[in-house]
Amino acid sequence: MTAMISQLFLQHYWWIIVSILASLLVFLMFVQGGQSLLFTLPRNNIQKTMIVNTLGRKWEFTFTTLVTFGGAFFASFPLFYSTSFGGAYWVWIAILFSFTIQAIAYEFRSKPNNVLGRKTFDMFLFLNGSLGPFLIGVAVATFFTGAMFKLNIMNQVRWATPWYGLEALLNIRNLTLGFAVLFLARINGLLYIINTIDDDELAERSAKALIRNSIPFLIFFLFFVISLIFSSGFAADPITGGITVEKFKYIHNFIQMPFVMVLFLAGVVAVLFGIGITVFSKSHSGIWFTGSGTILAVFSLFIIAGFNGTSFYPSLADLQSSLTITNASSSQFTLKTMMYVSFIIPLVLAYIWYAWKSINNSKITEEEMNSEEHKY
Amino acid sequence: MIDNIDLSLVDWSRAQFALTAIYHWLFVPLTLGLSFILAIMETIYVKTGKEEWKRITRFWMTLFGINFAIGVATGIILEFEFGTNWSNYSWFVGDIFGAPLAVEGILAFFLESTFVAVMFFGWNKVNKKFHLVSTWLVAIGANLSALWILVANAWMQHPVGMVFNPDTARNEMVNFWSVLFNEVAVDKFLHTISSGFLLASMFVLGISAWYLIRKREEQIAKKSILVAGVFGLLSSLMVAYTGDASARTLSKVQPVKFASMEALYDGKSNAGLIGFGILKDADKKIGGKTEKEFAVKIQIPGLLSVLTGGDRNSYVKGLSDLISGNEKLGLISTSEKIQNGRYSRDVLTTYKNARLNNDSSKVDSLKKVFNDNEFQNRYFRYFGYASVDKPEDVIPNVTASFYSFHLMVILGFLFIIIFSVALFLLFNGTISKRKWFLWIALLSIPLPYIASELGWLLTELGRQPWIIQDLMTVSKAVSRISTGSVITTFILFAILFTGLLISEVSIMVKQIKTGPKH
Repeated sequence: MTAMISQLFLQHYWWIIVSILASLLVFLMFVQGGQSLLFTLPRNNIQKTMIVNTLGRKWEFTFTTLVTFGGAFFASFPLFYSTSFGGAYWVWIAILFSFTIQAIAYEFRSKPNNVLGRKTFDMFLFLNGSLGPFLIGVAVATFFTGAMFKLNIMNQVRWATPWYGLEALLNIRNLTLGFAVLFLARINGLLYIINTIDDDELAERSAKALIRNSIPFLIFFLFFVISLIFSSGFAADPITGGITVEKFKYIHNFIQMPFVMVLFLAGVVAVLFGIGITVFSKSHSGIWFTGSGTILAVFSLFIIAGFNGTSFYPSLADLQSSLTITNASSSQFTLKTMMYVSFIIPLVLAYIWYAWKSINNSKITEEEMNSEEHKY
Repeated sequence: MIDNIDLSLVDWSRAQFALTAIYHWLFVPLTLGLSFILAIMETIYVKTGKEEWKRITRFWMTLFGINFAIGVATGIILEFEFGTNWSNYSWFVGDIFGAPLAVEGILAFFLESTFVAVMFFGWNKVNKKFHLVSTWLVAIGANLSALWILVANAWMQHPVGMVFNPDTARNEMVNFWSVLFNEVAVDKFLHTISSGFLLASMFVLGISAWYLIRKREEQIAKKSILVAGVFGLLSSLMVAYTGDASARTLSKVQPVKFASMEALYDGKSNAGLIGFGILKDADKKIGGKTEKEFAVKIQIPGLLSVLTGGDRNSYVKGLSDLISGNEKLGLISTSEKIQNGRYSRDVLTTYKNARLNNDSSKVDSLKKVFNDNEFQNRYFRYFGYASVDKPEDVIPNVTASFYSFHLMVILGFLFIIIFSVALFLLFNGTISKRKWFLWIALLSIPLPYIASELGWLLTELGRQPWIIQDLMTVSKAVSRISTGSVITTFILFAILFTGLLISEVSIMVKQIKTGPKH
């Protein structure tokens, strides 16, 4: 029995780690959000250069978080990794493609003889900035809306549509979360630009753009949340592991885990507060609130997707193939070993914080752009 | 589980993975080595306080940055391709293979990416010492990243530290340390990072030689040659040493790959080491496969026996021993392995069906069979053979294995000579005048790239048909998606990577021509 409890504990522990990584990833996609504004936000070239450089100094964090999110998911819930990646092929390939073109774009865009030309690399940044958050939002939405897969007795995946994941784009709820994540990333991008670039005109333009992006964000986000409240979820029997459809599953999860609901509401309030102080009192610190709000809200959404006997990857093609944190996880030994490794995460966060501060301790200015040797 | 699949799906999936891996490996070794060279140069700058060392460091750092970005770009695809294209593999081994990948992300990637930002942008923002520490941490982070993925790869060559769980139909880790300190992993890690050091040293040496040919930046070029020469010579010796250790381990854990890379069909004692050889088709066949023989060869008598077994009389196993079995050596034949593999597969299938039908007495008795040592050691260890049709199918492409191995070794020895000559000429003060050597150094830049890729070709082609030695073949591991999808993504990636490579090389050449900033 102790082994059972302990395995269950570890599965929950790892779902929390995965959720933290996911929430950090969505926050860090402020880099992508900023990139998606590259052609519309700056009024002149120097503003564009400053935007590219303030985002460019952070792109690696987003990228590394995405990679680590993938690695941690593989290690802790390998059945999800093999099922979703091996089945919803096109969605994941499109995400990867959009991140590949980002990785070189910063370094190459302003280097002489880059063959493809600066415009191409800026287009790469724009594509990654728009498609990355949108597609990741769509992929995460399938945690609630389900996917078309079947597992055989050897746990090998067969996709039930010839579209290999593209069918997710036909579901209105998936699209809504995709757009909500995209506009949230743009909001965070704008707030980060306001916070880190010393240019009054750019700050003013960003604040205006913030209003234009907040409205669609709220519409899409509310639509998704309301649909979530009224939707059924796939519940797993704690003893047999059998999956049944439960009406109002997610609202039950919020009620049965009130702490998560509080986190979620606090997150939403913080997001709105950050937007509010920027728009109404011209504050430059909105990113602190909206950023932490993003982390809280995404984290709590992940928790209600996986905790309380919920299937976090429901199968629409074969109910019993649905994945839960219990049936998709690694062995107890692996989860425990990995848990020891995860104890180092606070140290990692600490040095990231320290290094980040030491680079961001002064705002980016026009003068710096003219004198900096390593400029994007 | 025993469904037939389209072979072209396997081929295209392999092609896509190979494409990504080969491109990725064009950039990673330079990152591994140049990061340490930067750290050494910056250390000299901080110790001596001489501004020209800062200039040297910053120049090579610019080139590092260009190369680094594209390595990262290709790396993310590789990580996820385990899932997208090899999903059955990912499930079958995810319990073991996933852990190193996650550790890599948590321990290594963040170290690298956090401090690379300080390294690039911190010159005027943080103090000298913190900057130097950051540069070292980038080097350590980059090489730690290599550690974990190589541990994962080593496990595919020599799976250890796990047991198969019939309930989940996967292998589960029982000993993390034996996965980490797998003898293949230790050799592979040291061999791979030292080859990266070597490659980066040749890169620095070759470019510096070009400056000397052009009579530009003489001081910077000579100082760079000093660092690259010493680091390169040490690394090339370490490459040779670890390469030898790897080959020895290989002869024990992957004897078929070993015999293939030596093109050794008939085992023998007093076996010679082939220094150089050209293969042709022989009249003999193993099963349906034509054997190869030497049209030309230069060999050192007895040395292969000495290297693998310690003395001239020791017997080196050939492919025919390994395929047909050899009672004297206690080797069972491949056809027996196939039978044993099929038996273990049948037991597993019966077990799964009993589970499905809730036949608890059958489940219990079969579970006992699974936990039995005899079953594990005699049958289940050959589980993968269940999907092998003919015994000769377990022989990899001998020609590819032989040439990739031997060319790599020949190049390896050439590098030792080049670095030694560079240091000799530098110390006697004549290097700027030796145009012939400067040209050799410049033209040698591509050679470590070739040697390094050949090493991987041997590692991966030599393991065929296995994705995990003896446990799973590539055709069982592949994701069951449409071949058309994989062909499409292959073409997309081929165009993208090639475009990026052209752009990268062009930027790099331009930066080198521009030279260090004043």
